[in-house]
Amino acid sequence: MRGGFGTLLHKELLRFWKVSFQTVAAPVLTALLYLLIFAHALEDHVRVYGEVRYSAFLVPGLVMMSVLQNAFANSSSSLIQSKITGNLVFVLLAPLSYFEFFLAYVLASMVRATVVALGVLLVTMWFVELRLAAPLWALAFAVLGSGLLGALGLIAGIWADRFDQLAGFQNFVIMPLTFLSGVFYSIHSLPAFWQKLSHVNPFFYMIDGFRYGFFGTSDISPLISLAVVGISFVLVTTATLALLRSGYKLRG
Amino acid sequence: MSLSIPQGEFFGLLGPNGAGKTSLISVVAGLVRPDRGSVSVMGADVSSDYRRARRMLGVVPQELVFDPFFTVRETLRFQAGYFGVRAADPWIDEVMHHLDLASKAEVNMRALSGGMKRRVLVAQALVHKPPVIVLDEPTAGVDVELRQGLWQFVRRLNRDGHTVVLTTHYLEEAESLCTRIAMLKAGRVVALDSTRNLLATFSGLTLRLGLDQARLPEAFVPRVVSRDGARVTLRLGGYAELETVLAQLRQAGVAIKEFELEQPDLEEVFVKVMGRH
Repeated sequence: MRGGFGTLLHKELLRFWKVSFQTVAAPVLTALLYLLIFAHALEDHVRVYGEVRYSAFLVPGLVMMSVLQNAFANSSSSLIQSKITGNLVFVLLAPLSYFEFFLAYVLASMVRATVVALGVLLVTMWFVELRLAAPLWALAFAVLGSGLLGALGLIAGIWADRFDQLAGFQNFVIMPLTFLSGVFYSIHSLPAFWQKLSHVNPFFYMIDGFRYGFFGTSDISPLISLAVVGISFVLVTTATLALLRSGYKLRG
Repeated sequence: MSLSIPQGEFFGLLGPNGAGKTSLISVVAGLVRPDRGSVSVMGADVSSDYRRARRMLGVVPQELVFDPFFTVRETLRFQAGYFGVRAADPWIDEVMHHLDLASKAEVNMRALSGGMKRRVLVAQALVHKPPVIVLDEPTAGVDVELRQGLWQFVRRLNRDGHTVVLTTHYLEEAESLCTRIAMLKAGRVVALDSTRNLLATFSGLTLRLGLDQARLPEAFVPRVVSRDGARVTLRLGGYAELETVLAQLRQAGVAIKEFELEQPDLEEVFVKVMGRH
C-alpha cells in the first residue's frame, strides 16, 4: 500500500464513496430539483447577460453551489465523526505531519465536490444546452472554491465539539453565504444595498468566476474574482494549517 | 516524573483511576503535548522527531473506538498504510489468526461484539510491527479466551524483542507478565522496581493454621495477624521462617490440623504502596 498520506487520502475517498447514495446522489438530486422548480417558475420572465436563458444561467450556479457545499460537508463531517466516535486517534497516532493531514482531507473534499459537480452537469444537460466558453476559468474557480471550502470544513470540524455546532456552522454561515452569492440571480438585478453586500461575500466571486467559464461574461471581472478567491484560499488554508499545527482540540 | 524503560522489557504501569497512566501514554504517543519535559522512544523525541517516535510505537487505546465505515481487513490495511507499510496482508493475516479474527476479516466493524472490537484494536497496534507496544487496559471487559490468546501472543512478541508497556487494573495479569512495574499516584511514580523485588519488599507469606488447641507459644505473638480460637493467621517474612515456626509449634506440643500458605501478591503490595503515599 502507499505511504501514510496516500493511505489517509484513500481512506477519506472510500469513506464518502461507501455512502455515495447520501454523499453524491442526494446533492445531485437536490440540484436537479432546484433547476426544475426555479426554471419552471422563472424561465419565461428572466433573461440574464442579454439573451442567456434563465435555466442556462442557473446551471453553473447550481454546479458551483454543489461544489462548495459538498467540499465543506466532506471534510467537516468526516473530521467531526472521527472526533466524536474517537477513531481519529488512529490517524493521530500515525507518523503523519499536519500538512499531510490537511492535504488528504482537503483533496478528498475536492474529489467529492468534483464528482458531485460532474453528476449535476450530467443530469442537467438533459434540460439545458451549455457550452464552456472559457473552461480553464471554470476549472480554476472549481479547484480554488472546493479547496477553500474543504479547508473551511476542516476548521469547522476542528472547532465543533458536537454535531449541532457543526450544523449551526453549516446552516448559519455556509448556507446563507451560498444562497446569497448569486446562484439563483445576477446581482445586477438586486437593489444597490444588496449589490454592495454581495461584494463582501467571497462566495459571490466563486460563483461569478465559475459562471464566466461558461458564458465568457460575468457580473464583475473574472480577474477580480480570481484575486478575491485566491486570497481567501490562502487565508483560510493558512488558518487551517495553523490550527492543525497547534493541535487545537485535536491533540490534548 | 522520570522514568526509563529498557528495550525488550515487559513493563507494568499501575495506579488507581486518575493516577496519570493514560495521560503518560498519551504524551508518549503524541496524543497530548507536554507542558514541559521531554519523552523519547528508542532515542526519538516524541515532539521534535515525532515521525520516528510514532513508527516505533503501537498503542492500544483504552476506549473501544472504531471506524464504522470499514471492515476489519480495511481497518487493518489503512492502519498499516498510515505507517507506510507496504504489502501488509501476510502479517495482517497472521495477526488476525493469533487474535482469532480471521473469520471476521470481511465483516464491518459495526457488526462486531465488544470483545471482537477490542481484538481489532490490538491488531491495529501491531500491524506495523512496532518495536514498542503500549497496551492501555487491553483486557478490560473481554472474555477469558481472548485474554489468554492475547497474552500468549504478546508474550511471544516480547520474547522476539518487542518492548511491552502494559497498564491494567487486573493486578494478577501484571504480576504474571511484567518483569518490572511502576506504580503511579496523582501523576507521580511512587514505586518502581522489578516485580520480584516489589513482592519481596512489600509483602510476605501468610500462613493460615488450624491447630488442635487455642494455646500458642509466646514467640508467635508478634506474627499473629488474626486469631479465632484454634484458627490462627500468621505473617512470615519469607520461606526461611517457615521451618522455624513449625519447629516452635512442635516444641510447644501443638499439632497442626489444617495448613494453608498464601503467596505474596501484587494486590497486597499495591494497596500498601498506595496507602503509604
